[in-house]
Amino acid sequence: MRARPMRERGMQMPENVVKKSRILTQLALEFMKIGLFTFGGGYAMIAMIENSCVNKRKWITHDEMMDITVIAESTPGPIAINCATYVGFRQAGFEGALAATLGIVLPSFAVIYAIAMLFDDFLSLTAAANAFRGIKVAVGILIIDAAVTMFKNMKKKAQPKVTAALAFAVMLLSEVFSLGLSSVMLMALAGAVSLGLFMLRDGKKAGHK
Amino acid sequence: MIYLELFLGFLKVGCFAFGGAYGAIPLIRDVVMSYGWLDSEQLAYMIAVSESTPGPIMVNLATFVGSRQGGFWGAMTATAAVVLPSFAVILIVTALLRHVIKNKYIQAVLKGVKPCIAGIILATGLYMAVSNILTKDGTDIKAAVISLGLLAVMAACKRLLKKKLSPVGLIVAAALMGMVIYA
Repeated sequence: MRARPMRERGMQMPENVVKKSRILTQLALEFMKIGLFTFGGGYAMIAMIENSCVNKRKWITHDEMMDITVIAESTPGPIAINCATYVGFRQAGFEGALAATLGIVLPSFAVIYAIAMLFDDFLSLTAAANAFRGIKVAVGILIIDAAVTMFKNMKKKAQPKVTAALAFAVMLLSEVFSLGLSSVMLMALAGAVSLGLFMLRDGKKAGHK
Repeated sequence: MIYLELFLGFLKVGCFAFGGAYGAIPLIRDVVMSYGWLDSEQLAYMIAVSESTPGPIMVNLATFVGSRQGGFWGAMTATAAVVLPSFAVILIVTALLRHVIKNKYIQAVLKGVKPCIAGIILATGLYMAVSNILTKDGTDIKAAVISLGLLAVMAACKRLLKKKLSPVGLIVAAALMGMVIYA
């Protein structure tokens, strides 16, 4: 697809501007496709992004893709958004990041917006309502399953184990007795304690030297 | 002011949602229930819808809650808010601080946060699963039957096909069971 020169300027656009707008269009379209065809979010999307950005478009290398995955996991937010922002930025700077991110968000935005409009009508159908009561059970299982996978991938050391067990106990008590503890507070606390322990150990090591 | 609340609520989700979609669910639960945007029933429905529609689950949830609370602009506000932190963080990391993520202090913080998330997710999932069966109005035997049925389907899939049942597969199976058992 060729970018059209801007009419209002009344003159031909320089070569690099044409090239940039072509790249921006490509980024937006490619990520729109990824956004439209990946279900289940997260890890399913990484495979799709790898396929189109590394194998097909050669925008980034496989090693870069691994780097992004690590960065995406250590930074907050949906992994797919992290990837899109990174690839876009590497290709065309800030505008590229914006084009790719908007591209990946747009399809789900449109689909969900339509669903939200029709949601009540949909649920008033008995069969649909019954189906959703079944789905509700599945969601609980899915979340437990995700947690079990995280536990399996955790390092087999005392600190992560104790942290996870404590977080589990505190959160469960909070749910059961409706204490309303915030999970953000809990995470911040865990991060602070971990940092404190690390600095303590680090300090000791330095002291022995 | 609903737009401001949506923005702040989902900004919080975007800022603290580590570890993928399910990592964000306890957090989203916290936020949407404390503002009274969804009850736990609607939230479970919505997680299922987000899972069965394309796109990142977190973004889907934000769009849904936003549009229910504040129409089109509500949807825009919530979606932008949930995307903004990861967008900004990645820009900063790739543009300026490529090595900051490997910094030992940052890694030390993450070392505490990650297992904490795993614990929180497990607690949330377990609570949701159990409260489907032991509801406020008594025990829901049918939900217990569906739970066992789904576990059986997952086990069978792993045994026979040597593959883990995908989330979408599980949701479809659950929908079918719901239609039959609750009918």
